[in-house]
Amino acid sequence: MSDKRSLSFLSRCRRSRSFVVGGIMTLFLLICAVISLFWTPGSAYNIVITNRFLPSSADHWLGTDQFGRDIASMLMTGTQNSIVVAVVAVSIGLFIGVSLGLLAAARRGWTEEIIMRFSDFSFAFPAILSAIMLTAILGPGGVNSILAIGLYNIPVFARLTRGSANAIWTREFVMAARASGKGRFRITFEHILPNILSIIIVQATILFAIAILAEAALSYLGLGTQPPEPSWGRMLNEAQTLMFLDPMQAIYPGLAIAIAVFGLNLLGDGLRDVLDPRLSRKR
Amino acid sequence: MSVFIAKRVLTLIVTLIGASMVIFLVMEILPGDPALVILGVDASDSAVATLTKELGLDRPPLERYLSWITGLLQGELGNSYAYKVPVWELVQGALLITLPLAVMSIILSITLALVIGLYAAANHNKAGDVTLMGISQLGISIPNFWLAILLIILFAIELRWLPAGGFPGWDEGIVKCLKALLLPSLALATVVGAILARITRSSVLEVFREDYVRTARAKGLSQRATLWRHVLRNALIPVLTVTGIQFAALLTGTVVVENVFHIPGLGSLVLKAINNRDTIVVENVVLLLATMVITVNFLVDILYAVIDPRLKAHDI
Repeated sequence: MSDKRSLSFLSRCRRSRSFVVGGIMTLFLLICAVISLFWTPGSAYNIVITNRFLPSSADHWLGTDQFGRDIASMLMTGTQNSIVVAVVAVSIGLFIGVSLGLLAAARRGWTEEIIMRFSDFSFAFPAILSAIMLTAILGPGGVNSILAIGLYNIPVFARLTRGSANAIWTREFVMAARASGKGRFRITFEHILPNILSIIIVQATILFAIAILAEAALSYLGLGTQPPEPSWGRMLNEAQTLMFLDPMQAIYPGLAIAIAVFGLNLLGDGLRDVLDPRLSRKR
Repeated sequence: MSVFIAKRVLTLIVTLIGASMVIFLVMEILPGDPALVILGVDASDSAVATLTKELGLDRPPLERYLSWITGLLQGELGNSYAYKVPVWELVQGALLITLPLAVMSIILSITLALVIGLYAAANHNKAGDVTLMGISQLGISIPNFWLAILLIILFAIELRWLPAGGFPGWDEGIVKCLKALLLPSLALATVVGAILARITRSSVLEVFREDYVRTARAKGLSQRATLWRHVLRNALIPVLTVTGIQFAALLTGTVVVENVFHIPGLGSLVLKAINNRDTIVVENVVLLLATMVITVNFLVDILYAVIDPRLKAHDI
């Protein structure tokens, strides 16, 4: 039985074009980040003014920037930065948001009311607004942008979790569990969480893409990752001043962001098809 | 209906108060001393003490919060520390640029969404539909500030049709100003329009499958008449909700895109304020932006009830 189920799961994966293409693109991103940890084609940090604005060649695949840094290497190293920010920010939102959502659904009453009203307030503060507040006080930096994006993610996960968990709480098997004397805490972890996990995973993938976009925007504004750490957003910012001189420099980092976000969005769509076949058939 | 609106107004007020408290908490209480932030860490103790008194920071937090709010209600936002002018003056000037930009972008994106979404739905699963949906998936993935840069390269540097940035000011005539806002609003509208187009398409397709649409067609109503009379009104409900949600994204998008085009709106103002450590300006602009997001969501809730009468009965 379990063999048959896992087989159908795998074949569902293979049949979903979004899952395959999105998965490959995301994997490519991860591989770039991992390789850049110990090897890059040139140096993303070394400033060699004599090498500036070199065209693409075997030595410098995508050429060099105004400081003579290797653009391909900067892009590869920038992948690490985007992934780290996105992973940490989404994890913050995931753990706190899902816990709050589960708590709201399990306790109902005023606990639910407080948690939901609180997430209403935070909805008024999109990631960039909270980042602006945080950097105004704490100064710009990578950690602050992680915090800001993470804070924005909390109510998103809390609302989704509460909504889906409430639906599961009304199901017969949960009533049976309650009748058999299981506590709310145990039911939450044994019955509620496993049943809403797929929805949460899909949402996490989509928020991952949004986090990469937000990090790039913050770095572009100079509020996120600081020099000399390469980041896609800041590369775009630096390239903008050179638009008349070397427009290609403004193309590559944006392309990297778009590929990352496109891949993750496709993967999210694909995961929804794979994890929740009922939903995909309905669509 | 009036009960419904009263309920929503109450929620609106509570949310606004909550949002202002969050801002006050983050900006003035959590990390410590705003006077030190303004003056920098090397400032002498006496200078910090003087500024603390000048800003009224020696008063208890509750009193400060209340005086901020009463000041806000009277249009008194205090003075900018960097520019030595009333914050309201700065905000007013910036608002007169950001608001038209946001309105232009939202009109552009809804137009884009309806044209693409309806065309795709009408040509369901044909080449046009598949191509447009592929393009819209790409549109969602493109960062708006990158698109802004690409638009500058194409329309300002290569074709020289439109200015690469800056804003002439409203005294220079409306045409010049709208020209300056065209590329920024296009950069903002493409991303939001792509999201809305997908929602429009799927929503129209879903309504087309409803029994009442089949009945209308069976009664001999033409496809076009069915679309206008029955499908659109119902299909637009989810589009409207998502437009409300996307407004927040659009507004924060203006913060970024204004900086790409060097347009002196709220986004540029707040970023300059951060660099000048002008916390009073940051605080008020953030509250203003948050208020706009909350108010638009409130208006969408109300509009929702106007478009969909079922909701009223259900909610009251």
